[in-house]
Amino acid sequence: MNKASGNSQLALAGRLNRLIDFAPVLIALLLALLVASVLLLALNANPLEAYDFMLKGAVGSENATAETLVKATPILFVGIGITIAFRGGMINIGGEGQMIVGALAGVTIALVMGEMRIPPELAKERGAFDVFIVACSLVGGFLAGALYGGLAGFLKAYFDVNEILSTIMLNQIAVQMMNFLLNGILLDPAEAGFNNIPKTARLVTAAQLPRLSLPIGDPHLFDRTRLHWGLIIAIALAVVIYIFLWRTSWGYRIRAVGENQRASSYAGINVRRQMMFSMFLAGGFAGLAGVVQVLGLQYRLQTDGSPAGFTGAAGFNGIVAALFGGLNPLGAIPAAAFFGGLLVGAQKMQRELGVPASLITAVNGLIVVFVVSSEIFIIQRSKRRVSLQETPEGLDEAEETG
Amino acid sequence: MGLDEILTASVFASAIRLATPYIFAALGETFAQRSGVLNLGVDGMMLMGAFTGFYAVHLAQQGETLSEPASLLLGVAVALVVGALMGLAMAFVSVTLKAKQGISGIGVYLFGLGLSELLFQQWVGTPKSVNGFPRIEFPLLTDLPIVGEIFFHHNLLVYVAFALVPISAYVLNSTTFGLMIRAVGQNPEAADAMGVSVARVRYATTTIGGMLAGLAGASLSIALINLFQQNLTAGQGFIAVALVYFGGWRPWTVAAGAMLFSFVNALQLQIKVIGADIPSEFAVMAPYVITIIALVFATKRHEQPTALTKPYERGE
Repeated sequence: MNKASGNSQLALAGRLNRLIDFAPVLIALLLALLVASVLLLALNANPLEAYDFMLKGAVGSENATAETLVKATPILFVGIGITIAFRGGMINIGGEGQMIVGALAGVTIALVMGEMRIPPELAKERGAFDVFIVACSLVGGFLAGALYGGLAGFLKAYFDVNEILSTIMLNQIAVQMMNFLLNGILLDPAEAGFNNIPKTARLVTAAQLPRLSLPIGDPHLFDRTRLHWGLIIAIALAVVIYIFLWRTSWGYRIRAVGENQRASSYAGINVRRQMMFSMFLAGGFAGLAGVVQVLGLQYRLQTDGSPAGFTGAAGFNGIVAALFGGLNPLGAIPAAAFFGGLLVGAQKMQRELGVPASLITAVNGLIVVFVVSSEIFIIQRSKRRVSLQETPEGLDEAEETG
Repeated sequence: MGLDEILTASVFASAIRLATPYIFAALGETFAQRSGVLNLGVDGMMLMGAFTGFYAVHLAQQGETLSEPASLLLGVAVALVVGALMGLAMAFVSVTLKAKQGISGIGVYLFGLGLSELLFQQWVGTPKSVNGFPRIEFPLLTDLPIVGEIFFHHNLLVYVAFALVPISAYVLNSTTFGLMIRAVGQNPEAADAMGVSVARVRYATTTIGGMLAGLAGASLSIALINLFQQNLTAGQGFIAVALVYFGGWRPWTVAAGAMLFSFVNALQLQIKVIGADIPSEFAVMAPYVITIIALVFATKRHEQPTALTKPYERGE
């Protein structure tokens, strides 16, 4: 009886501890919103009014909510990848470039396979073939992004090239590669010689990722919105990666290298291979983000030639979401939804109040700074907790070591 | 298309001009990194320096409250102050709060990117140009053939940037302050034991780095391009960080790297001008590819400050 109540007390304390560990993230958010309010005031806008418009813009209607989730989808894909990389100790800033490379590979596969004719005797297998096209495009996008990310991992593992710098350079290279291909062999034949707007031909229906509606109400929830199956794929993969990172020995090795390279190496883990592997996976998820944007949303690859012309900066926002989600793939789900809402809501704010939506970029930056700055408090707390466990006799001793 | 068409005096002259913001930003970053702080927010600081410097000049010239030279000096001062403030913030985050520097720097970058764009859209709206630093006419020298065009046909900030190279080398290698910086970056425990405040030195270098990043931005917006637009720097601050690695953390080689990078860039622009049969995308890509290759072959990695990116904990 006594023991049981002690256990439940311990469990409660554990849950409380976890809640408190999450608190710095929330405090970071509140601080960022506070700074944003000061900025809004300086721009002669009423912060409460601005936040009200943002909320309405993000979730005020069925369509708004759908748009939020549409924006959240690539952020979640990238965020899952960034989570893997950061857990493996690799600071991957290359989400943008990996997205682009993934989209280029995926759209090429989808365009080529979409044109294929299947023999008449197999006509009734058409549906299966359509699924096959989409699957090949997704896998192709994943692999292309993965190789591009893996390249940075390789350079880090074998030439000690700082991955932050190499991924930033690779981003710029990918943008130019995309511009080159979209102005050249991938250019929509309908555009060639006329406007020459850099975009590919539109994908045939068979190569598109279907729209998504939920069988709730009549008409169904999210019917006639732009929400697509990419969201479901992303959420499912978030769960898969959670299991991968915390329930498999592969995931364990990645995290071990991220925690302590030297110890991992002594324990017989091939550190170089893990570096490349975590960057490979991170790039793959960013690649998926890119190809899903094409297959599910835009049905073609197009850009205005600027660095974020295709990606919408999801490669950067994914970093923010990963950090905000506590470097946990499951945490990245609500985090991505939140940042999707922030971006969509900011557009409404811009329309209604004339405050530029770039405010959100600044707020995202602040959130990153505040979240990483708050880690010191988490570390101090966990140190205290460890010493508490080591010296269960009394608090006095624990405080001395802490 | 012959080599003489590509390697004109104007290519060398534009390489020198293009190198200016890189030299400012990379020298500042060299100070920060030599003391052990990796400031990845350089690009954001450059953008803020570029915008605020531009805006100060824009206001002063529009209102005709100041003479042109005075308005330009005001722009430089504003950019230096804004850069210093952002440097201080970065120092607070990475020295006092001991945040992971690679990631917090990206946050600072996003903040500078967003805020400069926000303020620009709100206060200026469309890209407008200002009268920037004029080219200096040197008696006799400017009129020299070739040499005059390459070396004596630039604005003041170009010369300031190049003058900062020997000054930075001297400060780092031959002054007490420089010794403290190197000690703190190489062996903070020993420096601490000798009575050097690790935190104070790192605050100082990161703030200097911020000031020079702000100046680098202003050199774009009020001396080289003479306007501001969103994301004006287009990642130049990140290149500057790469140049510090490439240059082995020494001002002279860092500046040499900046010159090399800018030379490739100037060549790329020239090839576009004479309409060579190379897709422009590959030309734009070239400097980045070369930077990666340079990082692969950079051989001075053993000279990396031992404590780089490592927050200092006393008594561990």
